[in-house]
Amino acid sequence: MDLVIIKYNAGNIQSVLYALERIGVSALVTDDYEKIQSAGKVIFPGVGEASSAMRYLKEHKLDTVIKNLQQPVLGICLGMQLMCAHSEENDTTCLGIFEEQVKQFAPPAGENGKGIKVPQIGWNNIFNLKSALFSELPENSYCYFVHGYYAALGEHTIATADYIQPYSAALHKNNFYGAQFHPEKSAKAGEQILKNFLSL
Amino acid sequence: MLCKRIIPCLDIKDGRTVKGTNFVNLRDAGDPVELGALYAQQGADELVFLDITATVEKRKTLRELVNRIAHHINIPFTVGGGISSVDDVSALLQNGADKISVNTAAFKNPQLIQDLSKEFGSQCVVLAIDTRQEEDGEWYVYLNGGRTKTEARCFDWAKQGVDLGAGEILLTSMNHDGTKQGFALDITRRLATQLPVPVIASGGGGTMQHFVDVFEQAQADAALAASIFHFKEIAIPELKGYLHDKQIAVRL
Repeated sequence: MDLVIIKYNAGNIQSVLYALERIGVSALVTDDYEKIQSAGKVIFPGVGEASSAMRYLKEHKLDTVIKNLQQPVLGICLGMQLMCAHSEENDTTCLGIFEEQVKQFAPPAGENGKGIKVPQIGWNNIFNLKSALFSELPENSYCYFVHGYYAALGEHTIATADYIQPYSAALHKNNFYGAQFHPEKSAKAGEQILKNFLSL
Repeated sequence: MLCKRIIPCLDIKDGRTVKGTNFVNLRDAGDPVELGALYAQQGADELVFLDITATVEKRKTLRELVNRIAHHINIPFTVGGGISSVDDVSALLQNGADKISVNTAAFKNPQLIQDLSKEFGSQCVVLAIDTRQEEDGEWYVYLNGGRTKTEARCFDWAKQGVDLGAGEILLTSMNHDGTKQGFALDITRRLATQLPVPVIASGGGGTMQHFVDVFEQAQADAALAASIFHFKEIAIPELKGYLHDKQIAVRL
């Protein structure tokens, strides 16, 4: 099996599977570490809460498996946050693949913060695109975000988004990629990003 | 910059899209999957599917429909109608829904909102509120598709819902629904500016200027409409171009 989606206690796994089907690619959804290790490419999706997701990964020894993968890996949303060093969400130590820290969105105090909603829900533009993951994607393409926590900007940032402050919309280090937005729900732009990941 | 969202709503009855005026006089508006895919292609930011005939025996049909939608739609979508348990939601999410909306069942059992947000996250739980302004000037919550009046005030219930974990409010003004006379700006503004979650305004959108008003004056995070899109009175690309020209952040 070439493409594997890691199955764990987080949502939106079906959405990723269907998005891949729409671009003509089949994938295996599994938590079997041998199948994950032998896959050509791995997607690590997720909508959920950091500490319970990390606990699940550890219990199933998936934490070590994911950290040691050599093939291209794409973490999505919570998946990307779990690949960072630490998340403020219930003070969770994460996988530490990216050194970036995951922080909670905090609307500015006073009048400036009025009307700023957390979590961020909706379409936001991504810019400073610096990766083959974004081939053929124009600067300021719109992607769909749903998140209350964000990865700070850092040396691994390959795309930036701005909500309350600029933050990492995507990260890249060696064979590991992460997207804070949901390519599987980001219309044509998201489809292009998934295609780009598949041709890495 | 985070965009304002345009959300076509597809009311589903017996597997078809329908649309009425002030919640009655239903007209057929086509196949929901085809319509949804068309809207996604035209630049809709999200879709809402409301099963207005949801009953126990129809739940399986709804799951199958959700599964078909999920296979064809590349933008987020919300499913509502007759959802009253964690199991209902689990089944819909497994079939590819991104969010679910609860209405009557949540009002009768507010604990449901807490249970759902704990299990699936707040981002997944949309609290739909049908509200009508009465002669005393107050906005009251209505249940059962607008058929049953309650004594609860719209703002109080919305706030309680958010405190319990609802991640978005879908606010429908029954006074405005189907009239094409504009959205309910005052109650929408009150919720949108005073609650810490996004508010989707629904009911009354008839012209492109109505959408400008609901975003600028009422500070809505998203606007939902049905018949103007189904009956091709306003095309989504044209609407988004208009909003863009008015300096409203939209995804083009």
